[in-house]
Amino acid sequence: MSEFGSTVLFSLAVVHAPLLTAAFLIWLERRLLGLWQDRLGPNRVGPFGLLQPVADIVKIFTKQDWIPPFADRGVFVIAPVIVVTTVLMGFAVVPFGPELWVIDLNVGLLYFLAMMAIGAYSVVLGGWASNSKYSLLGALRSAAQVITYEVFLGLSLLGVVAMAGTFNLREIVEAQRGVWNIVPQFLGFFIFFMAGLAETHRLPFDIPEAEAELVAGFHSEYSGMKFGMFFVGEYMGIVLVAAMTTVLFLGGWLGPAFLPGLVWFALKSFVVITVFILLRASVPRPRFDQLISYGWKLLLPLALANLIVTGGIVLWRAGA
Amino acid sequence: MIPSMARTIWRVFVHLFSKSETIGYPETKPYLPPRYRARIVLSRDPDGGERCVACNLCAVACPVDCIALQATEDERGRRYPEFFRINFSRCIFCGMCEEACPTYAIQLTPDFEMSEFDRTKLVYEKHDLTIDGPGKYPGYDYYRHAGLAIGGKGKGEGVNEQPPVDVHTLLPGEAD
Repeated sequence: MSEFGSTVLFSLAVVHAPLLTAAFLIWLERRLLGLWQDRLGPNRVGPFGLLQPVADIVKIFTKQDWIPPFADRGVFVIAPVIVVTTVLMGFAVVPFGPELWVIDLNVGLLYFLAMMAIGAYSVVLGGWASNSKYSLLGALRSAAQVITYEVFLGLSLLGVVAMAGTFNLREIVEAQRGVWNIVPQFLGFFIFFMAGLAETHRLPFDIPEAEAELVAGFHSEYSGMKFGMFFVGEYMGIVLVAAMTTVLFLGGWLGPAFLPGLVWFALKSFVVITVFILLRASVPRPRFDQLISYGWKLLLPLALANLIVTGGIVLWRAGA
Repeated sequence: MIPSMARTIWRVFVHLFSKSETIGYPETKPYLPPRYRARIVLSRDPDGGERCVACNLCAVACPVDCIALQATEDERGRRYPEFFRINFSRCIFCGMCEEACPTYAIQLTPDFEMSEFDRTKLVYEKHDLTIDGPGKYPGYDYYRHAGLAIGGKGKGEGVNEQPPVDVHTLLPGEAD
């Protein structure tokens, strides 16, 4: 097969794998939450309930797709598309294994951050275009959250960049051959993980949707597959953040040679996703002013201190 | 704050290995105590006669008015319901009818598997409700305890009952 053909095929696989994983995640999350709450979770559709996502998809496709008459139609329709598109585009730079990536950008990390930042627009736009008070409040909170976490999201990764000396994700993985970044950059890992939670609107930082306070926040007015797009976008965001955590801090595809690199990558990402779900099961949601306060007063100074110390050590080692 | 959160997260994680509370219902049936309040039945006395005396107390006690009945009498003068109808699509299984019943006729049982696709099938008539036995109260027969002279049982012949006293014999003055 020609190189172009194989590239196209691999790109298609990279587009579909996150979609399938997101569907599977819905099952996994419900099962795990069930087990952690001493329940069983969905176990009826197929073996162990594995076909539950299929049933969910059939349901969501046959639902009435309704646009409220007071909504701003154009923006209302485009908002859920943005989140899915940007997250899928974010997967383009992820190195899934040795020689397994769609594109090997030398600014891969910046590209990833840019895609995540654009993805945040969908929430704000969706909440604004819905033209209802709960959606607007959700969008408002999302905007407040974005300007909080985007700052320390970027700063927390600069330590990794300083150690690897590159923005290229493949080279960042290669730089972890000796020891994974989670050891020297534990603070960065912790801050990035918090930012990732906020980025994907996961509990405990699901403040823009906070179903106990805001009905469903920014997607209150969404139904049918448009709601499904937000949903799938959120879950693919989890996969993306887990994949990036693996690449940046857990050594990507690196691991003992008895398993191929892709399997190591998948296993590490799976563990990170499980931690995401575990946090949902156990940690309560803070008020959004608390999140902003922690973000600016605690996590941002920590990220800066981490960057300064890392930079100092890197310079000292280089003998400057 | 962080240590307490870490402890919470750990404790939740440990639940992965604890036994689930869920009972996989259609395969394993849950244990329901004998006084569980589900499907309502009309019981019979030990002789096989209907216990219900059609007093209407259950219908009055019912908060959702799901019980309908019509009283009538047989040739011995015993009251019984001509029809007895419970609309289970309305019934809330509160058990007030059972509490109100003076003859232990109406009883709630632990059988709850009575779903129907057709709503009209949830209206139970007397022959659907009546069971063969005495239910939760074996050996009890209202008419043997009641002071009423009925069906060959005279005054004072009931259980724990003494023969009627002629009050004139208790009056003072006449020694007779």
